[in-house]
Amino acid sequence: MDPFADTLQRLREAFSSGRTRPAEFRAAQLEGLSRFLQENKQLLQEALAQDLHKSVFESEVSEISISQNEINLALRDLRAWMKDEKVPKNLATQLDSAFIRKEPFGLVLIIAPWNYPLNLTLTPLVGALAAGNCVVLKPSEISKNTEKILAEVLPRYLDQSCFAVVLGGPQETGQLLEHKFDYIFFTGSPRVGKIVMAAAAKHLTPVTLELGGKNPCYVDDNCDPQTVANRVAFFRYFNTGQTCVAPDYVLCSPEMQARLLPALQSAITRFYGEDPQSSPDLGRIINEKNFQRLRGLLSCGRVAIGGQSDESDRYIAPTVLVDVQETEPVMQEEIFGPILPIVNVRSLDEAIAFITRREKPLALYAFSNSSQVVKQILAQTSSGGFCGNDGFMHLTVASLPFGGVGASGMGSYHGKFSFDTFSHHRACLLRRPGLEKIYALRYPPHTPRNLRVLLMAMETRCCSCTLL
Amino acid sequence: MVGTMSAVSEVVQRARAAFVSGRTRPLQFRVQQLEGLRRLVREREKDLVGALAADLHKNEWTAYYEEIVYVLEEIEYMIKNFPEWAADEPVEKTPQTQQDESYIHAEPLGVVLIIGTWNYPFSLTIQPMVGAIAAGNAVVLKPSELSENMASLLASILPQYLDKDLYPVINGGIPETTEVLKERFDHIFYTGSTGVGKVVMTAAAKYLTPVTLELGGKNPCYVDKDCDLDIACRRIAWGKFMNSGQTCVGPDYILCDPSIQNQIVEKLKKSLKEFYGEDAKKSRDYGRIINSWHFQRVMGLMEGQKVAYGGTGDVATRYIAPTILTDVDPQSPVMQEEVFGPVMPIVCVRSLEEAIQFINQRAKPLALYVFSLNDKVIKKMIAETSSGGVTANDVVVHITVHSLPYGGVGDSGMGSYHGRTSFETFSHRRSCLVRPLLNEEALRARYPPSPAKMPRH
Repeated sequence: MDPFADTLQRLREAFSSGRTRPAEFRAAQLEGLSRFLQENKQLLQEALAQDLHKSVFESEVSEISISQNEINLALRDLRAWMKDEKVPKNLATQLDSAFIRKEPFGLVLIIAPWNYPLNLTLTPLVGALAAGNCVVLKPSEISKNTEKILAEVLPRYLDQSCFAVVLGGPQETGQLLEHKFDYIFFTGSPRVGKIVMAAAAKHLTPVTLELGGKNPCYVDDNCDPQTVANRVAFFRYFNTGQTCVAPDYVLCSPEMQARLLPALQSAITRFYGEDPQSSPDLGRIINEKNFQRLRGLLSCGRVAIGGQSDESDRYIAPTVLVDVQETEPVMQEEIFGPILPIVNVRSLDEAIAFITRREKPLALYAFSNSSQVVKQILAQTSSGGFCGNDGFMHLTVASLPFGGVGASGMGSYHGKFSFDTFSHHRACLLRRPGLEKIYALRYPPHTPRNLRVLLMAMETRCCSCTLL
Repeated sequence: MVGTMSAVSEVVQRARAAFVSGRTRPLQFRVQQLEGLRRLVREREKDLVGALAADLHKNEWTAYYEEIVYVLEEIEYMIKNFPEWAADEPVEKTPQTQQDESYIHAEPLGVVLIIGTWNYPFSLTIQPMVGAIAAGNAVVLKPSELSENMASLLASILPQYLDKDLYPVINGGIPETTEVLKERFDHIFYTGSTGVGKVVMTAAAKYLTPVTLELGGKNPCYVDKDCDLDIACRRIAWGKFMNSGQTCVGPDYILCDPSIQNQIVEKLKKSLKEFYGEDAKKSRDYGRIINSWHFQRVMGLMEGQKVAYGGTGDVATRYIAPTILTDVDPQSPVMQEEVFGPVMPIVCVRSLEEAIQFINQRAKPLALYVFSLNDKVIKKMIAETSSGGVTANDVVVHITVHSLPYGGVGDSGMGSYHGRTSFETFSHRRSCLVRPLLNEEALRARYPPSPAKMPRH
């Protein structure tokens, strides 16, 4: 029994009918998304609180507003993005019309994660719909409360002949992936990313994979520890550390570490109070499995700050670990929790060597008063994105593409990049039947004379003008 | 250089070490390599032509004009433009980031694998390499073993003009290619068949390596009743029969109204005779099929068909006459696979709508062609179909425009290249935001504890 065949068939037929092509249809879908957010804000906040103990502030800032901004941007620029993009022509094509036509791929599958279950579902969805595709959405079953709203409430705001939500765990997702899609957008772990890409390969389906990694955070000796501590703590413990672009570990000198620790403690206390477990601003671990995993990591190195946990609440205190070895588990896997290990290095070069020995991360952070230091790290490393002197603010700039490289992913999105990701860029050249005398040079029989004429013509123009 | 198991690994590791050394980072180095490539083409042109003649019966004209000139132009275009593309690209800032630097920083990916193919064995292997070099990568080349003269020539001359460690050539057949695909690369660029494309992408998935796949398909060529048939047929004949039909963007089959089928046949014949004479076998400009397997395959596609012209072949020389088939049944073998030979099937359809439906029932092709004097017909055909690229009122030539991306969609491929698109394909575009380590007061509002009442928007 294939539970998905009918749904996919229906969506494909809707796509073939051309329904999603007009700008008016797409704008209506985007407006539907907007109304969904506005009319269900409280419901969504409650769901996010139930799933992740997200504060109203975090829900607003990192889930609702950010999604709304993407919708607004797409609504504002949709028609501009849809336009044929004229391209510069060479001498031989001066009288022709040359442009790139943006076309939807067809049937798009979006597989969304649990950590920002609203944002990381809606933001790619905006791009897929704006580009004119039909969409199958597979929200994460782990963030159950948000999943329910996405499955039951969201479809009411969209044209359901062109949009469907499918539910299930790894087994159902595997079954779903056996089907052919025209594009797959996946956010999740590198391990599952490989499975998705291998499944996509069977149908030659292009993919965007937004994965993860251990995002290094280099802290130079030349900086104010409290400023750095505020920023690092804020971005580390946001959403209880369950953020793909969170600073995963700090690299600094022992001297800097000594200054950073009290500053981090001060920041944590200011943010979450003396008893972080009672702060409304600190979230919880998503489920038992991750809680146990993180609790295991607490025994790596030595706890310098925090270290408390409460299984009944899936609570883990904002924690800083020191004296950590590279071989310990906390330095082998993406932490994805409120634990910040500090690894000592004796120089900038050593930090760079440490970073480049490892997989390319999704994000990389460098803190220094010296812009030279910041630029050197940028130049000698690679990562999906980079922020100097702050945490993951770079993803709030819609004109910057958001994506990974190497093990942290492939492809990118946000803003216009979302639209382009979900579009096929079709090269078009429109010619006229005239000028046949010029083209006659290209036809056989080929004589040495013809070749000489052509070569001379190309040399005198000394630029791209293949005279075909 | 034939690869053995450990030799392949060693070569790739050496390329990686050379990349890690950082010597490809300065733009000047990349320019020098590209200039080396340009010297190679100019100084060794005779050898290149010789290899193409031996592999595919090309002559100095077809070798130059259908392969070598593309590479030279790509090199020129790249040398001239890539420094601009390699520079940091500032982007529009948000209200919160006005004091910051916000830009996209282009970086090489690392070690790129380019798997070439046999039909244009020089340009389809080297043209992508130009972009990969400009983007600052090390490049491992695996030319197609089917075009064996070019494969061994490339292995011998490339090290004479380019950095030996950074740009090695690995030769061999399926076993060696399988070994190569076990190594980790930072991008794999493959030109070839849909079937092998799946194998490449599956291998790439093990390492999360991004891929560009330039595949194939059956490129439809719709000829409207309202068009200049003389010109249309001449252009179609030119694009179809060059390289003996072995062109991934060549028009694969014609769709037309039955009332013009005979005229099309006559005009195609006329052009073919102008191009290749009465007996194309005697023409210097007419190519040969790459090997006996493909020869037999293409000859087999003619079986049971109505042959309006040609229909013969000579197995000893792997020559197949320019052939036109009429009233072809869409279910027959010649309409089930990419022809990739000098056989042009004509399928009759009774309307533009029927043609569009016919095309949409099939896999998305690499290219689509439409001939008409009526702009509305052209617009409708483009709007209601999909393909890698399109040329209206000509064939093939959309791939010669540097500013247009060249690539497929669906079964015909993913990703694209040529010009700037090549540079971007082989680069990582890294988002960068650089803030001052000041203004802490301004940022305090974002820190917990959050206010009791949320501000209204």
